[in-house]
Amino acid sequence: MSAQAIDADYNFGYLDEQTKRMIRRALLKAVAIPGYQVPFGSREMPLARGWGTGGIQITAALIGPEDKLKVIDQGADDTTNAVSIRRFFARVAGVETTEKTNEATLIQTRHRVPEYPLTKGQILVYQVPQPEPLRKIESSEVETRKMHAWSEYGAMHVRLYEDIARYGRVATSYSYPVLVNDRYVMSPTPIPKFDNPKMDHMPALQLFGAGREKRIYAVPPFTKVKSLDFDDYPFEVQKWDEPCALCGARDSYLDEVITDDRGGRMFVCSDSSYCEDRREAGHVGTQINWAKDQAYLDPNADEAK
Amino acid sequence: MYVAVKGGEAAILATHDLIAEERRGDTSVPEVTTAQISEQMKLATARVMNEGSLYDPRLAALALKQAQGDSIEAAFLVRAYRTTLPRFGSTLPLDTSEMAIRRRISATYKDLPGGQVLGPTYDYTHRLFDFALMAEGETAPAAPIASDPLESHMPRVPDILGDEGLMEAEVPPEGDPAPFDLTRDPIQFPADRDTRLQTLSRGDEGFLLGLAYSVQRGFGGNHPFAGEIRMGEVPVRFKPEELGFEIELGDITLTECQMVNQFQGSKDKPPQFTRGYGLVFGHAERKSMSMAILDRSLKNREFGESVDYPAQDEEFVLYHSDNVEAAGFVEHLKLPHYVDFQGELELIRKIRKEFDERQNELKAEKIGDAA
Repeated sequence: MSAQAIDADYNFGYLDEQTKRMIRRALLKAVAIPGYQVPFGSREMPLARGWGTGGIQITAALIGPEDKLKVIDQGADDTTNAVSIRRFFARVAGVETTEKTNEATLIQTRHRVPEYPLTKGQILVYQVPQPEPLRKIESSEVETRKMHAWSEYGAMHVRLYEDIARYGRVATSYSYPVLVNDRYVMSPTPIPKFDNPKMDHMPALQLFGAGREKRIYAVPPFTKVKSLDFDDYPFEVQKWDEPCALCGARDSYLDEVITDDRGGRMFVCSDSSYCEDRREAGHVGTQINWAKDQAYLDPNADEAK
Repeated sequence: MYVAVKGGEAAILATHDLIAEERRGDTSVPEVTTAQISEQMKLATARVMNEGSLYDPRLAALALKQAQGDSIEAAFLVRAYRTTLPRFGSTLPLDTSEMAIRRRISATYKDLPGGQVLGPTYDYTHRLFDFALMAEGETAPAAPIASDPLESHMPRVPDILGDEGLMEAEVPPEGDPAPFDLTRDPIQFPADRDTRLQTLSRGDEGFLLGLAYSVQRGFGGNHPFAGEIRMGEVPVRFKPEELGFEIELGDITLTECQMVNQFQGSKDKPPQFTRGYGLVFGHAERKSMSMAILDRSLKNREFGESVDYPAQDEEFVLYHSDNVEAAGFVEHLKLPHYVDFQGELELIRKIRKEFDERQNELKAEKIGDAA
């Protein structure tokens, strides 16, 4: 996608330069203390609270004219919120946007980490609804801040243990808590636990913005990120019995698509760009013809470009 | 049939057109003007100005028009605009004792200097429809004009009690520092009173009202008296550094409520009434009263009272009173969550499979035992 005309009514990146500076200061502090939640003067944005205003503010504070921006929601570039946020930045920053993970310098995401390993120099910005991993255990912010200060994470382990006692396994499939740099317990945001291992020692910089809760936190490149577990109940990720119905991938996170009202379903890559690349490279899934017939995929797309 | 799960850019753009059409409604009916809204829907614009934290009746009217009268959506529009405004500085503190009063009542005294001024209110009306309004073409209603002007000096009730030493003194914190600015800095707990009052002032009227009611009904410890409610115009003054003298920028309409609550005292301290304070834009008595009740109930830390009820828990009240934030977060559930939901599906299927396997093993064991 090419750069489009910038809206001259707003400052580059929408936020004024003072606000960007304030956010960058919070980001620097966050990078210096991996996993620690830094309070910041979150601004009211023209998009709704809870719809990515934290991530948008971080992106706005970092974006430059040379950047290439990718925005995904649920792993896909064409979901409504991703489209809306990408349009916003195309309008207020006029930057080039892309759907290719490896081409992007800045990736804003909700609920997923892309399947392609991110590389040095890339920045992944997560939209965070609830930055406090302990909130379900302790509702008071005053108390949770103390718990972090004292590394008092016993209650979190008790919660995981209670799951095992009740269900035979940890019954958390997303927002699975992690320990960052052996110090702070952090919420990886509601990404599926499938993505947790990707955070560990990731070469890219990971930034987390919670606009409504007014918190920023970060995982610097090559930082240890460990999903909480027990020796006898080690952390494990989701697995599917079948590959992606469109590209045949067996290593990606799959979404379940209901195909009729008689129990029909198919599993497809949540990372739409990854899936497309694989199809372009000639990989074919079992339902590709159905998908084209039903216009789930563009029937005219030339797969092997 | 295939169920669409992805929304394209074209579909989003079409929703913009559709909502615009929906907002306008039947085009054979004349379009409502923002001037009509700001003149004839003053209480609605006041609410938008309060929850949007911006005193501008014309913009509040535009917000209401654009939002089809949805006050939360309108407040959101105002706030999103407000953050883009440059700041020239801070005005001088307002002095509500110099308010040009249009309404002023006290429930604690039968009469007091300046008197009871009923002013414009629905309080003493019977809530019967005035069907003449439906017929439109009303003639300009005119209220009689009093023979004498109001007294220029209208002391505030807490000041009267204060002179007697019966009222909790209100003094600025040591060094009189610049107040916290909720719109620039993140709220932190325990919150000081400036933070609390700002949060309550922009808080959702319905939420504050419900909580204030809970205090009165029994989920709270304070019995408030409406010491005074006053509404009218107050001048706003600004002192530019480069000029060095005050400029009057104009008047704004405010409603101020001073609640007098039962006393506090100890062995070493004589009992004193305690205050609850509410100050809001425009004519908004219900909001100012709710705010004043909550201001007092949240003073529990200062008075060493225990926190037993929701309205006494400052994190509960202050975190959840912002309707723009609350609406955003509740409504974000409309966004796709199918990645996380897939995680839940995978998990619940796995747990059920293991459950069935265990049940089958138990059954097999029983059969084995019986054989």
